[in-house]
Parts: sequence; structure tokens; C-alpha cells
Amino acid sequence: MVGEASFAEFLAQHRPDLLSRLAAGPNSVEAPHGTTIVSATWADGVVMAGDRRATMGNVIAQRSIEKVFPADEHACIGIAGSAGIAIELVRLFQVELEHYEKIEGSSLSLDGKANRLASLLRSNLGLAMQGLAAVPLLAGYDLARSTGRIFSYDVTGGRYEEHEFYSVGSGSMFARGALKKLYSPNLGETDAVEVCIEALYDAADDDSATGGPDLARRIFPMVAVVDAKGFRRVDPEELTRLCQAVVDRRMERPDGPVAHIGGGQA
Amino acid sequence: MSMPFYVSPEQLIKDKADYARKGIARGRSVVVVQVQEGILFVAENPSRALHKVSEIYDRIGFAAVGKYNEFENLRVAGVRLADMRGYAYDRRDVTGRSLANAYAQTLGTIFTEAAKPYEVELVVAEVGASAEEDQVYRLTFDGSVADEHGYVAMGGLSESITAHLAENWRAGLSVGEGLALAIAALATSEGPGGSGASDMPREIPLNHLEVALLERDRPRRTFRRIGSDRLRELLDG
Repeated sequence: MVGEASFAEFLAQHRPDLLSRLAAGPNSVEAPHGTTIVSATWADGVVMAGDRRATMGNVIAQRSIEKVFPADEHACIGIAGSAGIAIELVRLFQVELEHYEKIEGSSLSLDGKANRLASLLRSNLGLAMQGLAAVPLLAGYDLARSTGRIFSYDVTGGRYEEHEFYSVGSGSMFARGALKKLYSPNLGETDAVEVCIEALYDAADDDSATGGPDLARRIFPMVAVVDAKGFRRVDPEELTRLCQAVVDRRMERPDGPVAHIGGGQA
Repeated sequence: MSMPFYVSPEQLIKDKADYARKGIARGRSVVVVQVQEGILFVAENPSRALHKVSEIYDRIGFAAVGKYNEFENLRVAGVRLADMRGYAYDRRDVTGRSLANAYAQTLGTIFTEAAKPYEVELVVAEVGASAEEDQVYRLTFDGSVADEHGYVAMGGLSESITAHLAENWRAGLSVGEGLALAIAALATSEGPGGSGASDMPREIPLNHLEVALLERDRPRRTFRRIGSDRLRELLDG
């Protein structure tokens, strides 16, 4: 029992019908799935980016789905997995944080937010066992430590702090490979955004469920930055320019930037 | 066998109302003023921890005077109601009117049914897209609701404050002007323990003011507290 300041506990007591704890049935259902989210810290904050594709089996269910959301002023949440459940989880989490802030008069610490998300997630375990799993990624700016931090989760509500960068979803193996090679600890904000776009490009390159930049429809990944000033989405024009630059470079070298071996210069 | 005393309903209601009024008049005052940039709340409140002014939802603010534990209960209930409605429907479906109605019901029930009425007076204000669309509701201890325009003063000895506001308020004040007006109005009363309006306006230290603004042009959550540094800037500018 978290007590008075928890919105989820309040709903469970007074309006349990509003919580999407569907009864577990014997058959699994097919529903849209969101795919890849990447996140990387930079010197003064953290960046999170998500592709825009939702798939249902072999079909593209949505080309322009949004999977990166503000959690509150200083945290953002990205989602992979069963889209309907994940989006509801985000909605509940957003109200949970705002509710606490209004009742208590101060925000939760970043660790407090991460723990609340874990327990909200744990309540979905029944559905997760049937294939309707939602896996969030939480990134935020820790005002007490003045640094960006990333938390990953598993379907049982396990919470793990990640260092430097992380990725979840179907294309995450490929994205993480790219992040490993591109990341360095003293990236600037724009560098970190660029690294995330490159990583998503690599995810889309090898995972059919992850969408790459759609130049024809002008649909680009969703990128958010959180730092001491708070949450903001990267300006659409700036984002278009950065994505176009990544695509242009891939025209020259489809596999992306080369990592330097043996102290060699570029 | 002793017979209980008979008390007429008129007397009972009058006694309860007098009791509540006295309780409310003991505290310090809160002023709510409509300005160009939104709705301004100014409370005389030396405490940093116990707020008299707070956020309920995106465009809705709450101000209260009277007994802290009683209005704090009402505030928390308001936040819960608003968050639940916004979650069940949509953020735009949370309105100041429905909240004022809920408060009126609660206060009315407590006034008639409980042994002791709540010694509180509230303002629920919703900032609109323009000043004409602003809604300011004032709720009293017995559950009556009044739709206010321009300004409200409540708590303490609010007659002189209301008189000052009535004389000097006009539509289209800036935040700085509204703030100066509210502080001048609060200064006309002698404060707690005083005998009423004083001829010499007193000086209220800035750190004894709790100030917040529902900022009209902000997206989503419009409620912002104004600290003493920003307060000084606004008053000087």
C-alpha cells in the first residue's frame, strides 16, 4: 500500500473498472505491437527515441504511432510490446506522478518514479504471460544528482538501472550493437540525438518490425530530450534535418559509420 | 428520565453558521484576482509548508481559508475527483463547474448533517482561453456557490479588502498590477487579532505571501507558484 498519494491505489479501491486488468483467458489474442526504443545519456541529460511502426503479425498496423511520452516534467517513458496495454500503462503512470506531485506538493525522486513504474507493470503480469506484454523504458533527469539516468524493466516488474545507453523492443539487439559502437561518455545533446537516430536506422535495417525514416511520408522517429530544463521534443525541423543527414550518409555507406580500430584515424 | 432540550431548526442553523463564520474570520485572508495573463491567487500565509493555494488540474486552481485540516481534506478530494475524471474521460472533460458542484454538495451535506460545520471558505477558479471565459466560484461553509467576476476576498476581516478591490479593480490588469492591488488590499485589514480595517495600511513582508498564477497561455498544466524573487521582479517591473 503506497497510501494516500497513489492514484493507482485509489482507483483500485474506488473505481477498479477503470484499471485495465482484463481477466486472463485461455487463448492469446493478436494486437498491435510497438517495436524499438533507444535511449542514451549525454553530458547534461538523456535522449530517448522511438521508431513509428506498430505491427500485427506480418502486417504494419500503424506507420505513425507515438511511443515516446513525457512521464512528467523531468522524465520520459518509451514503450515496446503490446501497444494498447503499453499506452494505457503510460497514461496511468503519467497521472500517478502528477497525482503524487499535487497531493504531496513535491515531485517523486527519479528512483521513486522508477519503483512506481515497476509496481504498475507487475500488475500486468497475468496478461504478459499470455503474450500481451508491455515493456517500458524510463529515462529521466535526476535533479538530486544532476545527471541523466535510464531504467529498464522486464515483464515481471523487475527494474534495472542501465548505464550510458539502452534499447528495448524487437529491434533492440541491432540498436544496442549500434549504440555500443557510436556512444561515448561526453556526447553533446545533438550528438546524442544523432546516435539514437543512427541506432534506430540500424534496428530498422535488420528488424522488419522496426520502421526506418519514411522520407516519402515525412514520418521520422520520435525523439525527446530531458535535462535540467525539463522534457522537450526535438524541434521537428531540426529532426528532419538530422534524419535526412543520416539517410544521406547511408546512401554513401549503407552500413553506417565505421568504428576505428587500433587507434587509427578517420 | 431527562427530556432533551428542544432547539428549533432556525436556531440550530443560525448557531452553526455563526460558529463557522467566527472560525473563518479568525484566520488570514486570501485574494483571487483576474488579470490579463490569467488568474492570480495571493494569500497572506507565513507558512512555507501548509499551502492555502494549490493546483487541482490543468486549468483549475484552489484557494481556501479557515481550518487547515478541513480544507486540506477538500483539496485532496478535489485532486482525486479531477484526476479520476481526466483519466476516465479526457483532460478537457475536467471542468471547474463540476468541481464546484461536487464541493457544494459535500459542504452542504456536512453543514446540515454533521455536528460541527466545516470552518472553511473556498475558491475554485478555472482559467479560460480569454478573460471572458474565466470562471471563478466561491463556496461557503454551508455549500452555497457564488459565481464571481473580477476579484474575490475571503477569510479574516475581508470587508475592507473587498471594498478596496471593488474600488480599484479593472479588467485587463497586468500580473504586476494585479499583484500590487492584491497586496494593497490585504494591507487594508489589520490582520489576525486586529479589530477590523485600519487607517494605516500595514506592511506585509513578501515572504509572508503565498502567490500563484493560473497562466492563461501555458499548454497543459497552467498553475505556477511565484516565489519571492520573481514576486519582487513583478512588483518592480
